[in-house]
Amino acid sequence: MEYKNVLTTCPFCGTGCGFFLQVLDGKIVGVLPDKKHPVSQGSLCVKGWNAHGFIYHEDRLKSPLIRRNGKLVEASWDEAIELVATRLGEIKAKHGPDSIALLASAKATNEENYLFQKFGRAVIGTNNIDHCARL
Amino acid sequence: MDQRLEALLQTIQKVLPDVDGIIGLKVNAAGHIAPHLFRKEAPAELDGLAIWPKYPTPDTLRLIQKAHPGAKLGMVVRGCEERGVVEMFKHAQVDLSNISLIGLQCTREEAEFCRCAKPYTAHAKLTVGEPIEGVPDPVTEGFLAKTREERLEYWKEQLVRCIKCYGCRNVCPQCFCNVCALEDEKWVGTGWLPMPLPPMYHLVRSMHMTAKCVACRECEEVCPADIPMAIQYRLIAGDVKEMFGYETGVSMDEKPPQLLVLAEGEFERTGLPH
Ligand code: SF4
Ligand code: SF4
Ligand code: SF4
Repeated sequence: MEYKNVLTTCPFCGTGCGFFLQVLDGKIVGVLPDKKHPVSQGSLCVKGWNAHGFIYHEDRLKSPLIRRNGKLVEASWDEAIELVATRLGEIKAKHGPDSIALLASAKATNEENYLFQKFGRAVIGTNNIDHCARL
Repeated sequence: MDQRLEALLQTIQKVLPDVDGIIGLKVNAAGHIAPHLFRKEAPAELDGLAIWPKYPTPDTLRLIQKAHPGAKLGMVVRGCEERGVVEMFKHAQVDLSNISLIGLQCTREEAEFCRCAKPYTAHAKLTVGEPIEGVPDPVTEGFLAKTREERLEYWKEQLVRCIKCYGCRNVCPQCFCNVCALEDEKWVGTGWLPMPLPPMYHLVRSMHMTAKCVACRECEEVCPADIPMAIQYRLIAGDVKEMFGYETGVSMDEKPPQLLVLAEGEFERTGLPH
């Protein structure tokens, strides 16, 4: 019998609210807002309150999917990244870097989003960078 | 170390060998505090024993007991948490036969933060700290000083800020229904903000807290919009006391009025005092 609370950051948006995941016998059973968190000060929005809902959900993707002959099939990360890199390279060579746009995500961290725009500007060579909130 | 914390630690150390675990609060390496199950297999964890801010621990007991119905547990309870487990027991949410309550008495400062009328425990055999008297609730008093029209305006101003996070329901240790009326389109439509008037979400929750609310104020604390909703629950608790002589948490065996079948003519309609 074990019950503990593990502090984490909400995965849903860029605000960065803090909450505890309640862990009972190694399984996450709920969310508890962190009263001492400097950002969220013990409050959450409806998404944060339900942030544990997807963890064990049967629809959750646990590996990348690649569309092969019109069907999505599971693949390894190496395969998926290889494919994306190759295809982006082909598109860039054929249509130029501005044929590609990047949509950053509020679910990622500040640092990840920084790397993402850097990848767009320095590696692909485009300024077509926007944010998922404006989709 | 704070005297009360020191005394609590000693009491826990005394109880721990005889139980499977003790529910209390623990601080983590980053200084953040949350409920925790202390066990004799991990005695060093007691170095992180904490007392404030409080958390809705009655729900922690419910969670653990659901998975381990027979477990012999200890639990640190403040006045409101003790009232919480007592009421949950009456609604068959927890079993108290295997639970040793360790009553932690609140300080004046804590009671003032909570606007608490009963910052002490009433059932716990082991206690820590000196019990103090309840303190006034200036927020509810301020509300009562308003006229009817002003009160209506007041609630409109307060409730328009509600973002329907459902935090007040989620955190409330007395909100444990399997099917919640607040998720029923008939009462609370999805997709509407601010909530249309009348604010059914809040009216339904107020009604459902009747003879149930234990005045822990976790709902107000969790509210991102700082809505002082416990005013309503407190006034309704006053009505319940007046009409049915019932107060939450006071006795282990007195059934709450909603679980009683009233004989016809036994009660007279008195009209609402507020
Ligand atoms: S509500 Fe009362 S009993 Fe509960 S923590 Fe606050 S002062 Fe203590
Ligand atoms: S309604 Fe609020 S004050 Fe009453 S028991 Fe629930 S969380 Fe505590
Ligand atoms: S916690 Fe506050 S904002 Fe959230 S649903 Fe309750 S009253 Fe509305």
